[in-house]
Amino acid sequence: MKIAITSSGKSLDSPMDPRFGRAPYIIIANDAGELLEVIDNAANVNAMRGAGIQAAKSLADRGVSVLLTGHCGPNAFTALQSAGIKVGSDQSGVVKDALEKYRNGGVNFANGPNAEAHW
Amino acid sequence: MKIAVASGKGGTGKTTVATSLAASLGRRAQILDCDVEEPNCHILMSPEIESSEAITLSTPLVDMSKCNLCGKCGEVCNFSAILTIGKTTLTFPEMCHGCGGCMLLCPEKAISETPRELGVVETGSFEDVEFVQGRIRIGEAMAPPLIKAVKNRLNPNKIAILDAPPGASCPVINTVKGSDFVIMVTEPTPFGLHDLRIAVEAIEPLGIPMGVVLNRSDIGDHEVQTYCGEARLPLMLQIPFDRQIAEGYSRGKMLIQTNPDYVEKFIGLFEDVSRFVRKRSETKQEPQS
Repeated sequence: MKIAITSSGKSLDSPMDPRFGRAPYIIIANDAGELLEVIDNAANVNAMRGAGIQAAKSLADRGVSVLLTGHCGPNAFTALQSAGIKVGSDQSGVVKDALEKYRNGGVNFANGPNAEAHW
Repeated sequence: MKIAVASGKGGTGKTTVATSLAASLGRRAQILDCDVEEPNCHILMSPEIESSEAITLSTPLVDMSKCNLCGKCGEVCNFSAILTIGKTTLTFPEMCHGCGGCMLLCPEKAISETPRELGVVETGSFEDVEFVQGRIRIGEAMAPPLIKAVKNRLNPNKIAILDAPPGASCPVINTVKGSDFVIMVTEPTPFGLHDLRIAVEAIEPLGIPMGVVLNRSDIGDHEVQTYCGEARLPLMLQIPFDRQIAEGYSRGKMLIQTNPDYVEKFIGLFEDVSRFVRKRSETKQEPQS
């Protein structure tokens, strides 16, 4: 199973980035807590609009099951939901700690977006 | 002849210049208020509105019973307005710019059009001047297609005066595009100069000649004049800071209503613009002959 965590850097020791669509990197790990892939999200960081939708698409393409992030807007949430990706929002701290918290069952999944749409 | 009135900075007097220029030309003129987010020409002119038409944008509607999840629609969309994800194709109508690419590309013909209302275009008249304005629906983010709808009502037999929104982004460019001349209205302050420079830089690549009208010309500094000299922008009219003009404006009256002596000045402004446009088209044609 793949878990995605929005990150400010490229390693498990990087601090998380609270934004979903515009986080500089998205780290993919497995449920053993090992790093599988680092997605460079630069194209979405600079997107005019629709960053969250495109980030959701790239997670869906990789078969991700769970997303850990800070904020998730309505369009991104709809897209993630359609892809069957569970969203653990309001997460913060270091990537590896968030991952650990999830593996210990400490993350509740969101029923809806927790951020406004961006204009 | 199409003359756009733009500024960069808001509140410099675009609408004051556009309405008085159109009213001075009388039956020869048509005014088009392209500031669809905050159209103000009607306040100064109180036109009689004769017709109103709702303007819509065609956004995609997906028939999931036909969709084969190929994802071509999402690949062609530059604005993330349509996306195949999981076992479905989602649409985000508020992101759609209405290009129709997804409908053309869909191999299963699963996408049809559904309208999103952008706003209305109203047409009427103020005395002998033809009047057109766009009013965007509150909450709608996309002004350019509505501005295009306003410009579709442009009467080629009239001198069209297009009142642009402030700023230097898409709505301004969509307003001035295709014009023969752009009158830039500014004020002699650091703010007026700063925003004028940006607007000039934004419009310059379109190759449309520009000239400057300096409003409240006797306040502030001389930097705008210096800049006009350096940038070879003709300074076409100066309107001093005048209590009578300001009082009229504050009561919703046009400049030429409170100060009828300005009719001549605005006709002079139009003649200068025409001369400039004529001269330019002559020099442009020279290399061909």
